[in-house]
Amino acid sequence: MNLLHFLSQNRAQVLELTLEHLWLVGISTLFAMLVGIPLGILVAHRKGWNKPILTTANIIQTIPSLALFGFLLPVPWLGARSDRLAILALTLYALLPIIRNTYAGIHGVDAAIVEAARGMGMTEWQLLYQVELPLAASVILSGVRIAVVISVGLATIAAAIGAGGLGEFIFRGLAMVDDRVILAGAIPAAVLALLADFGVGWVERRLRAR
Amino acid sequence: MQAAAADPVIEFRDVSYRVGGNQVLCGLNLHVKRGETLVLLGRSGSGKTTTLKLVNRLVSQSAGIILVNGMPNDQTDVIRLRRGVGYVIQEAGLFPHFAVARNIGLVPKLEGWAQGRIEARVRELLQLVGLDAEFGQRYPHQLSGGQRQRVGVARALAADPEILLMDEPFAALDPLTRDELQREFLLLQQRLHKTVLFVTHDLREALRLGSRIALMEAGKLVTVLTPQEFVKSGDAWASAYVRAFGEGLESAANRGTS
Repeated sequence: MNLLHFLSQNRAQVLELTLEHLWLVGISTLFAMLVGIPLGILVAHRKGWNKPILTTANIIQTIPSLALFGFLLPVPWLGARSDRLAILALTLYALLPIIRNTYAGIHGVDAAIVEAARGMGMTEWQLLYQVELPLAASVILSGVRIAVVISVGLATIAAAIGAGGLGEFIFRGLAMVDDRVILAGAIPAAVLALLADFGVGWVERRLRAR
Repeated sequence: MQAAAADPVIEFRDVSYRVGGNQVLCGLNLHVKRGETLVLLGRSGSGKTTTLKLVNRLVSQSAGIILVNGMPNDQTDVIRLRRGVGYVIQEAGLFPHFAVARNIGLVPKLEGWAQGRIEARVRELLQLVGLDAEFGQRYPHQLSGGQRQRVGVARALAADPEILLMDEPFAALDPLTRDELQREFLLLQQRLHKTVLFVTHDLREALRLGSRIALMEAGKLVTVLTPQEFVKSGDAWASAYVRAFGEGLESAANRGTS
Protein backbone atom coordinates (compact mmCIF):
# COMPACT_ATOMS: atom_id res chain seq x y z
CA MET A 1 0.00 0.00 0.00
CA ASN A 2 2.06 2.85 -1.33
CA LEU A 3 -0.50 5.52 -0.51
CA LEU A 4 -0.92 4.45 3.11
CA HIS A 5 2.83 4.36 3.44
CA PHE A 6 3.08 7.89 2.05
CA LEU A 7 0.31 9.12 4.34
CA SER A 8 1.85 7.69 7.48
CA GLN A 9 5.26 9.01 6.60
CA ASN A 10 3.83 12.48 6.07
CA ARG A 11 1.12 12.37 8.73
CA ALA A 12 2.24 15.59 10.40
CA GLN A 13 1.86 17.46 7.13
CA VAL A 14 -1.42 15.71 6.22
CA LEU A 15 -2.80 16.78 9.57
CA GLU A 16 -1.54 20.32 9.17
CA LEU A 17 -3.00 20.71 5.68
CA THR A 18 -6.28 19.14 6.78
CA LEU A 19 -6.55 21.63 9.61
CA GLU A 20 -5.72 24.47 7.22
CA HIS A 21 -8.39 23.18 4.89
CA LEU A 22 -10.91 23.02 7.72
CA TRP A 23 -10.01 26.56 8.74
CA LEU A 24 -10.53 27.90 5.21
CA VAL A 25 -13.88 26.13 4.87
CA GLY A 26 -15.09 26.82 8.40
CA ILE A 27 -14.33 30.53 8.49
CA SER A 28 -15.66 31.18 4.99
CA THR A 29 -18.87 29.26 5.72
CA LEU A 30 -19.29 31.27 8.89
CA PHE A 31 -18.88 34.54 6.98
CA ALA A 32 -21.22 33.33 4.26
CA MET A 33 -23.86 32.53 6.91
CA LEU A 34 -23.41 35.92 8.58
CA VAL A 35 -23.96 37.67 5.26
CA GLY A 36 -26.18 35.20 3.42
CA ILE A 37 -28.85 34.54 6.04
CA PRO A 38 -29.67 38.24 6.58
CA LEU A 39 -29.67 38.74 2.80
CA GLY A 40 -31.99 35.77 2.37
CA ILE A 41 -34.32 37.22 5.03
CA LEU A 42 -34.23 40.58 3.26
CA VAL A 43 -34.99 38.99 -0.09
CA ALA A 44 -37.90 37.04 1.40
CA HIS A 45 -39.46 40.20 2.85
CA ARG A 46 -38.71 42.84 0.21
CA LYS A 47 -39.81 41.69 -3.18
CA GLY A 48 -37.81 44.37 -5.02
CA TRP A 49 -34.49 43.09 -3.66
CA ASN A 50 -35.14 39.58 -4.84
CA LYS A 51 -33.88 39.89 -8.41
CA PRO A 52 -30.70 41.96 -7.92
CA ILE A 53 -29.40 39.97 -4.96
CA LEU A 54 -30.12 36.50 -6.33
CA THR A 55 -28.81 37.48 -9.76
CA THR A 56 -25.57 38.80 -8.29
CA ALA A 57 -25.07 35.66 -6.24
CA ASN A 58 -25.82 33.60 -9.33
CA ILE A 59 -23.26 35.46 -11.43
CA ILE A 60 -20.58 35.04 -8.76
CA GLN A 61 -21.33 31.33 -8.80
CA THR A 62 -20.63 31.15 -12.53
CA ILE A 63 -17.17 32.74 -12.34
CA PRO A 64 -14.57 29.97 -12.64
CA SER A 65 -12.83 29.66 -9.31
CA LEU A 66 -9.29 30.02 -10.64
CA ALA A 67 -10.34 33.19 -12.45
CA LEU A 68 -11.91 34.60 -9.28
CA PHE A 69 -8.73 33.96 -7.32
CA GLY A 70 -6.84 35.68 -10.12
CA PHE A 71 -9.15 38.69 -10.17
CA LEU A 72 -8.80 39.21 -6.42
CA LEU A 73 -5.01 38.86 -6.35
CA PRO A 74 -4.22 42.54 -7.19
CA VAL A 75 -6.66 43.90 -4.56
CA PRO A 76 -4.43 45.73 -2.00
CA TRP A 77 -5.16 44.40 1.50
CA LEU A 78 -6.57 41.12 0.26
CA GLY A 79 -3.84 40.19 -2.18
CA ALA A 80 -1.22 40.66 0.54
CA ARG A 81 -2.19 37.37 2.17
CA SER A 82 -3.41 34.49 0.11
CA ASP A 83 -5.52 32.97 2.90
CA ARG A 84 -7.57 36.18 3.18
CA LEU A 85 -8.13 36.01 -0.51
CA ALA A 86 -9.11 32.35 -0.44
CA ILE A 87 -11.51 32.96 2.43
CA LEU A 88 -13.19 35.82 0.56
CA ALA A 89 -13.54 33.78 -2.62
CA LEU A 90 -14.94 30.77 -0.74
CA THR A 91 -17.34 33.06 1.13
CA LEU A 92 -18.62 34.45 -2.15
CA TYR A 93 -19.19 30.98 -3.56
CA ALA A 94 -21.00 29.83 -0.43
CA LEU A 95 -23.41 32.78 -0.55
CA LEU A 96 -25.77 31.57 -3.26
CA PRO A 97 -26.96 28.32 -1.67
CA ILE A 98 -27.33 30.02 1.70
CA ILE A 99 -29.24 33.05 0.39
CA ARG A 100 -31.43 30.91 -1.84
CA ASN A 101 -32.31 28.41 0.87
CA THR A 102 -32.96 31.10 3.47
CA TYR A 103 -35.31 32.74 1.00
CA ALA A 104 -36.99 29.44 0.12
CA GLY A 105 -37.31 28.42 3.76
CA ILE A 106 -38.95 31.65 4.87
CA HIS A 107 -41.06 31.88 1.75
CA GLY A 108 -42.23 28.33 2.36
CA VAL A 109 -43.68 29.06 5.81
CA ASP A 110 -47.44 28.59 5.58
CA ALA A 111 -49.04 31.97 4.85
CA ALA A 112 -51.88 31.16 7.26
CA ILE A 113 -49.38 30.76 10.09
CA VAL A 114 -47.70 34.06 9.27
CA GLU A 115 -51.06 35.77 9.17
CA ALA A 116 -52.10 34.18 12.46
CA ALA A 117 -48.87 35.46 14.01
CA ARG A 118 -49.49 39.00 12.76
CA GLY A 119 -53.14 38.82 13.73
CA MET A 120 -52.17 37.90 17.27
CA GLY A 121 -50.03 40.99 17.54
CA MET A 122 -46.50 39.77 16.95
CA THR A 123 -44.12 42.48 15.83
CA GLU A 124 -42.18 41.81 12.61
CA TRP A 125 -39.10 40.87 14.70
CA GLN A 126 -41.09 38.49 16.85
CA LEU A 127 -42.56 36.96 13.72
CA LEU A 128 -39.07 36.50 12.30
CA TYR A 129 -37.41 35.06 15.41
CA GLN A 130 -40.26 33.06 16.86
CA VAL A 131 -41.98 31.78 13.73
CA GLU A 132 -40.22 32.23 10.41
CA LEU A 133 -36.62 31.37 11.34
CA PRO A 134 -37.46 28.31 13.46
CA LEU A 135 -39.77 26.97 10.76
CA ALA A 136 -37.23 27.69 8.02
CA ALA A 137 -34.23 26.39 10.01
CA SER A 138 -33.96 22.97 8.39
CA VAL A 139 -34.16 24.43 4.87
CA ILE A 140 -31.56 27.09 5.74
CA LEU A 141 -29.24 24.43 7.14
CA SER A 142 -29.59 22.35 4.04
CA GLY A 143 -28.30 25.40 2.16
CA VAL A 144 -25.38 25.57 4.58
CA ARG A 145 -24.71 21.89 3.98
CA ILE A 146 -24.56 22.42 0.22
CA ALA A 147 -22.26 25.42 0.75
CA VAL A 148 -19.88 23.43 2.96
CA VAL A 149 -19.62 20.55 0.53
CA ILE A 150 -18.93 22.95 -2.35
CA SER A 151 -16.35 24.79 -0.26
CA VAL A 152 -14.42 21.67 0.71
CA GLY A 153 -13.94 20.92 -2.97
CA LEU A 154 -13.23 24.50 -4.00
CA ALA A 155 -10.76 25.05 -1.18
CA THR A 156 -8.38 22.58 -2.82
CA ILE A 157 -7.94 25.15 -5.59
CA ALA A 158 -6.91 27.76 -3.02
CA ALA A 159 -3.54 26.02 -2.94
CA ALA A 160 -2.93 27.39 -6.43
CA ILE A 161 -2.53 30.85 -4.92
CA GLY A 162 -0.60 29.54 -1.96
CA ALA A 163 -3.39 29.60 0.61
CA GLY A 164 -2.58 26.09 1.78
CA GLY A 165 -4.99 23.30 2.49
CA LEU A 166 -5.14 19.82 1.05
CA GLY A 167 -4.88 21.23 -2.47
CA GLU A 168 -1.12 21.52 -1.85
CA PHE A 169 -0.77 17.77 -2.13
CA ILE A 170 -2.92 17.71 -5.23
CA PHE A 171 -0.94 20.40 -7.05
CA ARG A 172 2.35 18.94 -5.89
CA GLY A 173 1.28 15.50 -7.04
CA LEU A 174 0.25 16.89 -10.40
CA ALA A 175 3.63 18.55 -10.82
CA MET A 176 5.47 15.40 -9.74
CA VAL A 177 3.14 13.15 -11.74
CA ASP A 178 2.75 11.10 -8.58
CA ASP A 179 -0.71 9.60 -7.95
CA ARG A 180 0.07 8.92 -4.33
CA VAL A 181 0.65 12.57 -3.57
CA ILE A 182 -2.50 13.60 -5.46
CA LEU A 183 -4.55 11.04 -3.53
CA ALA A 184 -2.99 12.13 -0.24
CA GLY A 185 -4.76 15.44 -0.84
CA ALA A 186 -7.85 14.22 -2.62
CA ILE A 187 -8.87 11.44 -0.24
CA PRO A 188 -8.79 13.47 2.99
CA ALA A 189 -10.68 16.24 1.13
CA ALA A 190 -13.35 13.77 0.04
CA VAL A 191 -13.59 12.40 3.58
CA LEU A 192 -13.96 15.94 4.92
CA ALA A 193 -16.77 16.65 2.46
CA LEU A 194 -18.58 13.48 3.44
CA LEU A 195 -18.18 14.16 7.16
CA ALA A 196 -19.39 17.73 6.78
CA ASP A 197 -22.34 16.57 4.70
CA PHE A 198 -23.24 14.00 7.30
CA GLY A 199 -22.69 16.29 10.28
CA VAL A 200 -24.74 19.23 9.03
CA GLY A 201 -27.33 16.83 7.64
CA TRP A 202 -27.70 15.32 11.11
CA VAL A 203 -28.37 18.71 12.70
CA GLU A 204 -30.79 19.48 9.87
CA ARG A 205 -32.77 16.30 10.47
CA ARG A 206 -32.94 17.00 14.19
CA LEU A 207 -34.34 20.44 13.50
CA ARG A 208 -36.91 19.06 11.10
CA ALA A 209 -38.04 16.44 13.60
CA ARG A 210 -39.23 19.13 15.99
CA MET B 1 -76.67 35.64 25.10
CA GLN B 2 -78.42 38.81 24.07
CA ALA B 3 -76.39 41.97 24.35
CA ALA B 4 -76.64 43.71 27.69
CA ALA B 5 -76.03 47.09 26.15
CA ALA B 6 -76.56 48.16 22.57
CA ASP B 7 -73.43 50.26 22.18
CA PRO B 8 -71.36 49.33 19.13
CA VAL B 9 -67.95 47.84 19.84
CA ILE B 10 -67.00 47.72 16.19
CA GLU B 11 -68.34 50.16 13.66
CA PHE B 12 -67.69 50.43 9.92
CA ARG B 13 -68.43 53.83 8.39
CA ASP B 14 -68.47 54.02 4.60
CA VAL B 15 -65.59 51.60 4.37
CA SER B 16 -64.22 50.67 0.97
CA TYR B 17 -61.30 48.51 0.05
CA ARG B 18 -59.75 48.51 -3.36
CA VAL B 19 -56.75 46.50 -4.47
CA GLY B 20 -55.40 47.26 -7.91
CA GLY B 21 -58.44 48.04 -10.02
CA ASN B 22 -60.50 45.60 -8.02
CA GLN B 23 -63.24 46.92 -5.73
CA VAL B 24 -63.27 44.30 -2.99
CA LEU B 25 -65.47 46.22 -0.60
CA CYS B 26 -67.72 49.13 -1.37
CA GLY B 27 -69.31 51.61 1.06
CA LEU B 28 -69.72 49.26 3.98
CA ASN B 29 -71.75 50.52 6.95
CA LEU B 30 -72.09 48.03 9.75
CA HIS B 31 -71.81 47.82 13.50
CA VAL B 32 -71.28 45.02 15.96
CA LYS B 33 -72.95 45.42 19.34
CA ARG B 34 -71.38 44.53 22.65
CA GLY B 35 -71.78 40.83 23.43
CA GLU B 36 -73.42 39.86 20.17
CA THR B 37 -72.26 37.43 17.54
CA LEU B 38 -72.51 39.11 14.19
CA VAL B 39 -72.16 36.64 11.36
CA LEU B 40 -70.84 37.78 8.00
CA LEU B 41 -72.46 35.45 5.51
CA GLY B 42 -71.57 35.35 1.85
CA ARG B 43 -69.93 33.33 -0.83
CA SER B 44 -66.24 33.32 -1.72
CA GLY B 45 -65.18 36.73 -2.95
CA SER B 46 -68.07 38.55 -1.33
CA GLY B 47 -65.65 40.51 0.86
CA LYS B 48 -66.52 38.94 4.20
CA THR B 49 -62.99 37.86 5.12
CA THR B 50 -61.65 41.24 4.04
CA THR B 51 -64.20 42.89 6.32
CA LEU B 52 -62.92 40.80 9.20
CA LYS B 53 -59.28 41.54 8.50
CA LEU B 54 -59.98 45.25 8.34
CA VAL B 55 -60.81 45.17 12.04
CA ASN B 56 -57.35 44.02 13.18
CA ARG B 57 -55.68 45.82 10.30
CA LEU B 58 -54.30 42.79 8.52
CA VAL B 59 -55.82 44.77 5.67
CA SER B 60 -56.11 48.57 5.54
CA GLN B 61 -59.17 50.24 4.08
CA SER B 62 -58.89 52.53 1.06
CA ALA B 63 -61.62 54.80 2.38
CA GLY B 64 -63.85 55.14 5.42
CA ILE B 65 -63.40 54.72 9.14
CA ILE B 66 -63.46 51.66 11.36
CA LEU B 67 -64.13 52.36 15.01
CA VAL B 68 -63.09 49.83 17.63
CA ASN B 69 -64.42 50.82 21.03
CA GLY B 70 -65.13 54.25 19.64
CA MET B 71 -61.56 54.83 18.45
CA PRO B 72 -60.58 54.83 14.77
CA ASN B 73 -58.52 51.65 14.56
CA ASP B 74 -55.80 53.24 12.44
CA GLN B 75 -55.09 55.73 15.20
CA THR B 76 -54.22 53.08 17.75
CA ASP B 77 -50.95 51.19 17.82
CA VAL B 78 -51.48 48.20 15.55
CA ILE B 79 -49.73 45.75 17.89
CA ARG B 80 -51.83 46.89 20.88
CA LEU B 81 -54.95 46.67 18.75
CA ARG B 82 -54.24 43.11 17.62
CA ARG B 83 -53.32 41.84 21.07
CA GLY B 84 -56.66 43.09 22.31
CA VAL B 85 -58.59 41.27 19.61
CA GLY B 86 -58.77 37.46 19.53
CA TYR B 87 -58.29 35.94 16.11
CA VAL B 88 -59.32 32.44 15.04
CA ILE B 89 -58.85 31.18 11.51
CA GLN B 90 -59.71 28.10 9.50
CA GLU B 91 -57.44 25.13 10.27
CA ALA B 92 -56.58 27.10 13.42
CA GLY B 93 -53.22 28.38 12.09
CA LEU B 94 -51.42 26.95 15.11
CA PHE B 95 -47.64 27.27 15.27
CA PRO B 96 -46.42 23.77 14.39
CA HIS B 97 -43.15 24.13 16.32
CA PHE B 98 -44.84 25.17 19.58
CA ALA B 99 -46.53 22.74 21.93
CA VAL B 100 -50.21 23.39 22.59
CA ALA B 101 -49.50 25.16 25.88
CA ARG B 102 -47.08 27.56 24.21
CA ASN B 103 -49.54 28.20 21.39
CA ILE B 104 -52.26 29.06 23.86
CA GLY B 105 -50.00 31.14 26.06
CA LEU B 106 -48.55 33.11 23.18
CA VAL B 107 -50.27 36.47 23.59
CA PRO B 108 -49.90 36.47 27.40
CA LYS B 109 -46.20 35.78 26.87
CA LEU B 110 -45.90 38.58 24.32
CA GLU B 111 -47.64 40.75 26.87
CA GLY B 112 -45.01 39.84 29.43
CA TRP B 113 -47.10 37.92 31.94
CA ALA B 114 -45.23 35.99 34.64
CA GLN B 115 -44.64 32.33 33.79
CA GLY B 116 -46.82 31.03 36.62
CA ARG B 117 -49.73 33.18 35.59
CA ILE B 118 -49.41 32.01 31.98
CA GLU B 119 -49.40 28.37 33.06
CA ALA B 120 -52.47 28.83 35.21
CA ARG B 121 -54.25 30.61 32.38
CA VAL B 122 -53.37 27.83 29.92
CA ARG B 123 -54.79 25.19 32.28
CA GLU B 124 -57.95 27.23 32.70
CA LEU B 125 -58.37 27.64 28.94
CA LEU B 126 -57.74 23.98 28.12
CA GLN B 127 -60.51 23.14 30.54
CA LEU B 128 -62.75 25.83 29.07
CA VAL B 129 -62.49 24.36 25.57
CA GLY B 130 -62.88 20.81 26.83
CA LEU B 131 -59.35 19.46 26.56
CA ASP B 132 -57.42 17.55 29.24
CA ALA B 133 -54.43 19.27 30.78
CA GLU B 134 -52.10 16.69 29.20
CA PHE B 135 -52.88 18.18 25.78
CA GLY B 136 -50.68 21.11 26.74
CA GLN B 137 -47.54 19.08 26.06
CA ARG B 138 -48.63 17.85 22.63
CA TYR B 139 -47.82 19.39 19.28
CA PRO B 140 -50.46 20.54 16.78
CA HIS B 141 -49.72 17.70 14.33
CA GLN B 142 -50.61 15.21 17.05
CA LEU B 143 -54.14 16.59 17.35
CA SER B 144 -57.32 15.96 15.38
CA GLY B 145 -58.89 18.79 13.38
CA GLY B 146 -61.48 19.42 16.07
CA GLN B 147 -58.87 19.48 18.83
CA ARG B 148 -56.73 21.90 16.85
CA GLN B 149 -59.67 24.22 16.44
CA ARG B 150 -60.38 24.07 20.18
CA VAL B 151 -56.78 25.08 20.78
CA GLY B 152 -57.24 27.87 18.23
CA VAL B 153 -60.20 29.19 20.20
CA ALA B 154 -58.33 28.86 23.49
CA ARG B 155 -55.38 30.76 22.02
CA ALA B 156 -57.62 33.58 20.85
CA LEU B 157 -59.19 33.84 24.31
CA ALA B 158 -55.88 33.74 26.19
CA ALA B 159 -55.48 37.40 27.06
CA ASP B 160 -59.24 37.72 27.59
CA PRO B 161 -59.92 40.05 24.67
CA GLU B 162 -63.28 41.72 24.45
CA ILE B 163 -63.51 41.12 20.71
CA LEU B 164 -63.18 37.85 18.86
CA LEU B 165 -62.70 37.62 15.09
CA MET B 166 -63.47 34.18 13.69
CA ASP B 167 -62.77 33.43 10.05
CA GLU B 168 -64.58 30.25 9.03
CA PRO B 169 -63.20 28.49 12.09
CA PHE B 170 -65.28 25.33 11.70
CA ALA B 171 -65.41 25.10 7.89
CA ALA B 172 -62.76 22.42 7.52
CA LEU B 173 -64.24 20.09 10.13
CA ASP B 174 -66.34 17.00 9.55
CA PRO B 175 -70.08 17.55 10.18
CA LEU B 176 -70.18 15.82 13.55
CA THR B 177 -67.19 17.66 14.94
CA ARG B 178 -68.51 20.90 13.51
CA ASP B 179 -71.85 20.36 15.22
CA GLU B 180 -70.05 19.67 18.48
CA LEU B 181 -67.90 22.79 18.25
CA GLN B 182 -70.84 24.98 17.26
CA ARG B 183 -72.74 23.78 20.30
CA GLU B 184 -69.77 24.45 22.53
CA PHE B 185 -69.32 27.87 20.97
CA LEU B 186 -72.89 28.75 21.98
CA LEU B 187 -72.34 27.51 25.53
CA LEU B 188 -69.07 29.41 25.73
CA GLN B 189 -70.69 32.56 24.44
CA GLN B 190 -73.44 32.27 27.09
CA ARG B 191 -70.71 32.45 29.71
CA LEU B 192 -68.25 34.88 28.17
CA HIS B 193 -70.41 37.36 26.19
CA LYS B 194 -67.60 38.26 23.83
CA THR B 195 -68.27 40.59 20.95
CA VAL B 196 -67.83 38.25 18.00
CA LEU B 197 -67.48 38.88 14.31
CA PHE B 198 -67.87 35.51 12.64
CA VAL B 199 -67.31 34.74 8.96
CA THR B 200 -68.97 31.79 7.29
CA HIS B 201 -70.48 30.69 3.99
CA ASP B 202 -72.67 28.15 5.72
CA LEU B 203 -76.20 29.46 6.28
CA ARG B 204 -76.96 26.76 8.82
CA GLU B 205 -73.99 27.86 10.89
CA ALA B 206 -74.99 31.50 10.52
CA LEU B 207 -78.55 30.82 11.72
CA ARG B 208 -77.39 28.75 14.62
CA LEU B 209 -74.59 30.96 15.94
CA GLY B 210 -75.51 34.48 14.92
CA SER B 211 -77.33 37.11 16.95
CA ARG B 212 -77.61 38.87 13.61
CA ILE B 213 -76.57 37.92 10.12
CA ALA B 214 -74.97 40.37 7.72
CA LEU B 215 -75.40 39.07 4.21
CA MET B 216 -72.73 40.14 1.77
CA GLU B 217 -72.55 39.87 -1.99
CA ALA B 218 -69.89 41.18 -4.39
CA GLY B 219 -68.32 43.56 -1.90
CA LYS B 220 -71.56 45.05 -0.70
CA LEU B 221 -73.64 44.56 2.38
CA VAL B 222 -77.04 43.28 1.23
CA THR B 223 -78.94 43.22 4.49
CA VAL B 224 -78.61 42.62 8.22
CA LEU B 225 -81.23 40.36 9.76
CA THR B 226 -81.77 38.21 12.83
CA PRO B 227 -81.85 34.48 12.11
CA GLN B 228 -85.64 34.40 12.57
CA GLU B 229 -86.07 37.26 10.12
CA PHE B 230 -83.59 35.75 7.71
CA VAL B 231 -85.50 32.54 7.03
CA LYS B 232 -88.71 34.49 6.34
CA SER B 233 -87.07 37.32 4.45
CA GLY B 234 -88.36 38.39 1.06
CA ASP B 235 -84.93 39.74 0.13
CA ALA B 236 -83.81 38.18 -3.14
CA TRP B 237 -80.33 37.19 -1.94
CA ALA B 238 -81.50 35.98 1.44
CA SER B 239 -84.22 33.81 -0.04
CA ALA B 240 -81.76 32.49 -2.61
CA TYR B 241 -79.62 31.32 0.31
CA VAL B 242 -82.56 29.81 2.09
CA ARG B 243 -83.58 27.91 -1.06
CA ALA B 244 -80.03 26.71 -1.65
CA PHE B 245 -79.80 25.29 1.85
CA GLY B 246 -83.20 23.66 1.61
CA GLU B 247 -85.48 22.57 4.37
CA GLY B 248 -85.07 22.30 8.07
CA LEU B 249 -83.72 25.78 8.48
CA GLU B 250 -86.61 26.93 10.64
CA SER B 251 -85.57 24.50 13.29
CA ALA B 252 -81.94 25.51 12.90
CA ALA B 253 -82.96 29.13 13.32
CA ASN B 254 -84.51 28.28 16.68
CA ARG B 255 -81.03 26.96 17.59
CA GLY B 256 -81.41 24.83 20.57
CA THR B 257 -78.18 24.36 22.42
CA SER B 258 -79.19 20.77 23.17
